[in-house]
Amino acid sequence: MSTASSPRPPYATGSLIALVALGGAVGTAGRYGLALALPVVGGWPIATLTANLLGAFLLGLLTEALVRRGPETTGLRRLRLGLGTGVLGGFTTFSSLAFEIERLVSGGTAGVATAYAAVTLLGGFLACFAGIWWAARRQAAA
Amino acid sequence: MNFVLVCLAGGLGAAARFVTDGVIRARRRTAFPWATFAVNVAGSFLIGIFMGIVLFHDGADAWHLYAATGFCGGFTTFSTAMVETVRLVQSDRAPLAVANAVGTLVAAVAAAAVGLAIVGAL
Repeated sequence: MSTASSPRPPYATGSLIALVALGGAVGTAGRYGLALALPVVGGWPIATLTANLLGAFLLGLLTEALVRRGPETTGLRRLRLGLGTGVLGGFTTFSSLAFEIERLVSGGTAGVATAYAAVTLLGGFLACFAGIWWAARRQAAA
Repeated sequence: MNFVLVCLAGGLGAAARFVTDGVIRARRRTAFPWATFAVNVAGSFLIGIFMGIVLFHDGADAWHLYAATGFCGGFTTFSTAMVETVRLVQSDRAPLAVANAVGTLVAAVAAAAVGLAIVGAL
């Protein structure tokens, strides 16, 4: 078992790579589940949008909460990599977003593509900001 | 069964992202988050390739699930890109934040289009 004092960086530590893989599988299950449950409405890939906005909010919340807990312990690092890099990284996707926009553009619906891109980027930014803000407020009140 | 394999491919993608991101980050310490940018653009190119096989060459539908939804979805990340964008705004680098958000999206869509075009031309 490697520890925080291991000379290897986290990305070259087998147990941490496995932890990210496990988290990524869980996050993918959530994203795929949403894709199966939520239909495309008026050309809008609602499932991808939902996963990306929700994931951006939760990663903002998690990241800020962890930063505010001070220096990273071995346990906090596992939490950040497992939940953040793994689960939320795997839950959200940039490749589906890019592919869906490309399909909308080449399908002759550039207006929908532009609106979908704008809502994703602006909404993602605001959702992430809200997560960070909420974690900061909770910590300040505690 | 499909569901389990999609999740496993997603886990593999996330692990590949973690390692790739770490290697790039260790070599390029810049304000602009190049590691996440590179991962997202590369993953978008790959989804173009994989989906091109489904669309233009009657690829089995499993490709769509394992390679695109699974691996590419786990490899790329929207949430980290957003956290990094907000952090740039918070450190008074708003122009860089806009360049990151819009630049990644434009480059990723272009990469997906190139991947699709390559497979379509074969």
